[in-house]
Amino acid sequence: MRGYAALIYVFLYAPILLIVVFSFNSGFSASDFKGVSFKWYAKAATNTFVIDAVVNSLIVAASSATLATVFGTMAALALQRVKGWVRTVFDGLIYVAIMVPGIVIGISTLIALVSVFGLLNTALVALIPALAGPEPPLALGFASLIAAHTLFNLALVIVIVRARIAGMDRSLIEASADLYATPWRTFRQVTLPQILPAVLAGFLLGFTFSLDDFVIAFFVAGSKTTLPIFVFSSIRRGVTPEINAIGTVVLAVSLILLFGSQLLLRRGHGRPRRA
Amino acid sequence: MRNATGPSPLLTAVLLAPGALWFLGLLVLPLGVVIVFSFGERAAVGGYQAAFVLDNYLNLPARWTAFKNTLVLAPIGTVVCLIAAYPLAYFLAVKARPETRTALLILVIVPFWTSFLIRTYAWMFILGGRGLPSLIEWAGLGEVRFINTPFAVLLGIVYAYLPLMIFPIYVSLEKLDKRLLEASEDLGASPWRGFMQVTLPLSAPGAVTACMLVFILLMGEYLIPQLLGGGKVFFIGNALVDLFLQSRNWPFGSAVAVSLVVIMLATVSVYMRFAGRIGGARDVSLV
Repeated sequence: MRGYAALIYVFLYAPILLIVVFSFNSGFSASDFKGVSFKWYAKAATNTFVIDAVVNSLIVAASSATLATVFGTMAALALQRVKGWVRTVFDGLIYVAIMVPGIVIGISTLIALVSVFGLLNTALVALIPALAGPEPPLALGFASLIAAHTLFNLALVIVIVRARIAGMDRSLIEASADLYATPWRTFRQVTLPQILPAVLAGFLLGFTFSLDDFVIAFFVAGSKTTLPIFVFSSIRRGVTPEINAIGTVVLAVSLILLFGSQLLLRRGHGRPRRA
Repeated sequence: MRNATGPSPLLTAVLLAPGALWFLGLLVLPLGVVIVFSFGERAAVGGYQAAFVLDNYLNLPARWTAFKNTLVLAPIGTVVCLIAAYPLAYFLAVKARPETRTALLILVIVPFWTSFLIRTYAWMFILGGRGLPSLIEWAGLGEVRFINTPFAVLLGIVYAYLPLMIFPIYVSLEKLDKRLLEASEDLGASPWRGFMQVTLPLSAPGAVTACMLVFILLMGEYLIPQLLGGGKVFFIGNALVDLFLQSRNWPFGSAVAVSLVVIMLATVSVYMRFAGRIGGARDVSLV
């Protein structure tokens, strides 16, 4: 039993470790271990395409996680008191957003936005002729990417924050109202401090999802390149040690985000809740 | 229970509005468009032309290989994951020392939340020409090829989804009342019989949830077959990318997408009914 467990851990971690080890290999292939160097890191860090992709990924992740955290927390707070069809519809939509495969979300968002943009562009150019030009006024890019990621993150945040609200001490809110606090003050001084760890954890998990997502971004990014899109297209051109270096950095960053979110979820709560 | 702190309907509406708009514009609208497009015709230059025909659905057998690969490899991948995961979940819940248990559990979950693309790429690196095969050749053991085979795809699947399988099984095993096993032992049952008649049935709900989660994600898989199957072992997801980005046949692609979701929903509901009967898994939830 113990031996089997050890074997599974080796299986889970050996590939990751290999990537890390070979990112420091100055040679070009696995059978060609020439010694430790940072040359692939230097190469990746000076590659303008990499820098561009990293910046784009960070912009999209920060924006979509922020939007989803604000809107998701708002929805979770309202949903705790709503009953009837509104709640059923919301529950159903959250379920669909999480269950429908990313690839279907990606293509359907692509064709819906392209169709809607097509109609709007014709209308806009007809109304404001100054907008006519080689570039249509509305096109896929940052906005569509952020909007699409926000959808999944929204479902994620609602689920996490709602779990926290369900475990919250309601008597404090009632006490606050008894002491004549306004609803806003009750929210700021009683509710928010209690749900804050879950809100921040939702933000971090959303950030991680957005940073890591390839399938949805692949369809709705238009001409923009995110880091996963860059990595994917370089992989298709052939495996290079430079990808190992980028991969090691990506793994390190997602580990930091993961531990951050888990620490927050554990605070004050006995055990971590996982979405 | 007093309700003096309840917000007004207006406040509730304001709080729900952004989320509702988002779901409407980026989930309901796109999925509706896909359903409408799936009955349309391909425009001459690609894309969509309004029509109401069933041709796209009748044409589905043209992509039979993708459906077949998905419907064969997704269940096999799920079962292999289950077989690999169960002993570890059992070890963690029953045999592991309490001091090390949390750390071991975190070690299982960590890979699941780290970059999926990079983890799949890791196997591409290992199985690809410059990885394991180059070492085997260097050692003089001949030429082998792992990448772009069903084996590579299956390996990638098990690697990627093992953590997701282990966690729910662990949770159900951990909740198991150890006194039941003691009772079974007191009544003269062998440890094996105790496991088969007590532990296994009681951990069934966790296993049912885990299998469903993994199966759903596998049905929509794109990256693993793309990177480790190299166009030879492709799933429905790969067919969708091809239809939308290469041949730009949106109506047919939409029909494939709708079919994928329908097959997924049908399989899951049949599975839940069946599994609910054997596992008593009534309260299985996705999140």
